[in-house]
Amino acid sequence: MSNYNRRRFLKAGGALLAAGTLPISLVELAFGKDRKQNFTFAYVSDSHITHVRGKQFVRNWDRGLIRAVAETNLLDPKPDFIFYGGDIAQLGKPEEIDHGLEILSGLHGDVHYVMGEHDYYLDLGEHWRKRLGPDHYSFNHKGVHFVVLNSILTFDDWMYDKWSSGEERMGQMARLDNPQGSPFMVGEQQRAWLKKDLDAVSKDTPVVVFSHSPLQKIYQGWNFWTDDAEQVQALLKPFDKVTVLYGHVHQIQYNQIDNISFHAAMATAWPWPYPSSYRQQAAHVPKLTVDMNRADPFFERDATGWQFINLDTGNVDVSYVLPDNSNRVVAWSDAAGHPVDTRYQAEADRIPPQTHY
Amino acid sequence: MPYKNSLKIISRMVLAACVGTSMPVLSDKFSQEDLDRWQQEFQSVVERGENLFHGGLQSRNTVSCDQCHPNGANTHPETYPKFQQQLGRVAALRDMINWCIQNPLESDPLGLDDPDMIALEAYITQERRGVELTPGRH
Repeated sequence: MSNYNRRRFLKAGGALLAAGTLPISLVELAFGKDRKQNFTFAYVSDSHITHVRGKQFVRNWDRGLIRAVAETNLLDPKPDFIFYGGDIAQLGKPEEIDHGLEILSGLHGDVHYVMGEHDYYLDLGEHWRKRLGPDHYSFNHKGVHFVVLNSILTFDDWMYDKWSSGEERMGQMARLDNPQGSPFMVGEQQRAWLKKDLDAVSKDTPVVVFSHSPLQKIYQGWNFWTDDAEQVQALLKPFDKVTVLYGHVHQIQYNQIDNISFHAAMATAWPWPYPSSYRQQAAHVPKLTVDMNRADPFFERDATGWQFINLDTGNVDVSYVLPDNSNRVVAWSDAAGHPVDTRYQAEADRIPPQTHY
Repeated sequence: MPYKNSLKIISRMVLAACVGTSMPVLSDKFSQEDLDRWQQEFQSVVERGENLFHGGLQSRNTVSCDQCHPNGANTHPETYPKFQQQLGRVAALRDMINWCIQNPLESDPLGLDDPDMIALEAYITQERRGVELTPGRH
């Protein structure tokens, strides 16, 4: 894509004029006709900055994050703030978190951070919290209640007793397909905090929840999973409009469970296969999801595309821009009562690169 | 040649010994013990492959195969050989394994007959067992 086209695209706001390769999400919240209340925010996730030795970091993952920062700064309209969806680091090392935050410091605007398991399991989040503050919190912005959860906690005995060192624990949790892994969870303490937090919010306020792992159960073998997802969903049930945005899965996913819409962000680092493509185990990829166009591994930034999200009257429309592939628009359908892909939802309308096997 | 001659003599002696015992020699017979041992040999190579796949390879930048391919997924070994449009030719699975080693892993390619290559293929294929062969598929 030429610079001319990219500039036009960025200036055009909601109109999708050309293909791009922006590994970020631009989220627009547009509530009713009161244009003054509308706003956008960007969403960058899963950069997995990896320390090699000395001052050397894995070039490919660095480039993904550097590009995301540069593209975010070009967004027009300028986002009110930026969300980072977790996994700054690969092995939780302070040098990885610091290097990632140094790149992220190039962002113009406030950044809100979500804790990922790759940031956590070396020192149980100590360095991350030292740099960034609490790992769960809420705030209000232009009539929307935002909640951030640390959803990647796990059982105490796995966390504290099973491993001889933080390095070993981190190494185990970093392996996605680890038979010795342990399921993610929000945990009782945070759920109690969440209940109290939400009690003070009127039920017609749109709620947007950020977590690293999906607050729904997809495939436990790769921890596309939060063990107490149903209990968290129950706390969100009284609200009219709820959206959960999560990282971790490095792919397009969307779903609807009762009043809650779910959307995943793509990674700046690398894409992951859909769990349904692993034939030795059953997975529960949301039926609604039409798979992202298949990655071309020869193109470093492929399948690290970005999403433009329009949250009109509390329901989410997502425009995915996929490098070297057709753009995708997943929009809320009143008739269906859930998000649908505006072009590819019907099985007969799908294109060959959307078939994962 | 003396070597060939001595082989002939030995084989005649073996034959004579067998005839002498009147036990029929069934060269195609193998036992459950054999099957178990062969399976064990195979499994040990699969395990070696699993280890290489999960950080055991000498990767210059520490990146490992499983980071992009949990359980070997999205490698679809059953579709190779196939035309790899980026290479402009029909490629085997091991060509793609080497592509990954050279690019995301920024490391030196393996010999195509390297025991590590065989082990990686064994692991990837084992994780895909039961899937129908579809060579050439995209």
